[in-house]
Amino acid sequence: MSNARIQLPPRILEGDVFKVRLLVNHPMDSGFLRDINHALIKRNVIRQLTCTLNSQEVFRAEPTTGVAANPLFEFHLRAVKSGELYFRWVDDNANIGELRHPLTVLPANSSTAPKS
Amino acid sequence: MNLGRQMFAAFWLILGLGLILPDLHNTASAQQRQIPLDQLQSGLAFSSQEVKGLQLDDDFSSLSAHGIDKGAQLWNKAAGNSNKSCASCHGEVTDSMKGVSASYPAIDKATGKLFNLEDRIRQCRQKNQKAPPWALESDESLAITLHVNTASKGMPIKVNIEGAAQKHFRAGEKLYFTRQGQLNLSCTQCHDQQYGRRLFNDKLSQGQPNGYPIYRLDWQYLASLERRLRFCYASIRAELPAWGHVDMRNLELYLKWRAEGLPIEVPAVRK
Repeated sequence: MSNARIQLPPRILEGDVFKVRLLVNHPMDSGFLRDINHALIKRNVIRQLTCTLNSQEVFRAEPTTGVAANPLFEFHLRAVKSGELYFRWVDDNANIGELRHPLTVLPANSSTAPKS
Repeated sequence: MNLGRQMFAAFWLILGLGLILPDLHNTASAQQRQIPLDQLQSGLAFSSQEVKGLQLDDDFSSLSAHGIDKGAQLWNKAAGNSNKSCASCHGEVTDSMKGVSASYPAIDKATGKLFNLEDRIRQCRQKNQKAPPWALESDESLAITLHVNTASKGMPIKVNIEGAAQKHFRAGEKLYFTRQGQLNLSCTQCHDQQYGRRLFNDKLSQGQPNGYPIYRLDWQYLASLERRLRFCYASIRAELPAWGHVDMRNLELYLKWRAEGLPIEVPAVRK
């Protein structure tokens, strides 16, 4: 399945506080469950997820086994200038997931008419 | 002489009617709906507030979101010896596949078999894309079916049960009313006669097929209607048919006819 999906508000003005939503596709195996043959399923959770904006870290999470599969991360940022959001996460199997997404910040006095 | 002829004709007429009428009667009873169309309810109506919330609150963080994304990727991905993607022939899914999943299962013209949506995609992949078909219930099969489903969101179910589909419809209807398994139950006993009442801690639904492939919380995964039907079979301790068995397609056709007019739900969540 695909790796992750991201959601930002359609229009972000300078100075706005806006919500970033990231849905990551991950089984988040807790290590406590057994499969159909009664063998333990090895623990595999996302250990660390970071978000950098223009190479400055703006968000970090360290989930554990208490977090369900396909976790949703939500946090707020203040819009200063346009750039690139870069998400990176590592799980117990040392698999690395990445997502890059452009961030467009419009000047504070932009008209409220929707784009085109 | 003339009177004799008339009586002779009347005799044959009555005999003929006698032969025809039982058949007419059968047809009428087959069309009789156990649940009137205006009382049809999606499985969502029998779900708890929490499950309703999971389905309705937010499409972005929907439990099926990754499946939908993957389906969209597969739609545009070239594959097989033809090196074509679904989009190469069909274009945008929202245009070309509009209403398609609301009209399946349907008879395949080439083979004369009853195909559900998964079968149709498998065949298209094999015949036109010249690629190995995805196994039923594989991630790919579920994802692409879900993606095609999104084009029919909110559209009413309407299947064709005439012509070559009629015998499948009859067989599906018969199966629906047949008691089977160690519990000796038929579909109708729960889903027509007892819906709305509780089975253990859950409300029995009408068994409507309008949201598949669903995300099922019990399995923590996407699931096709066939998998759900197999689960029902197992629950009444009935013998499971092979995957893709025509019985399952017949039953699916009957269920879709029974759900005529219910809107397609995408993405759907069930417990």
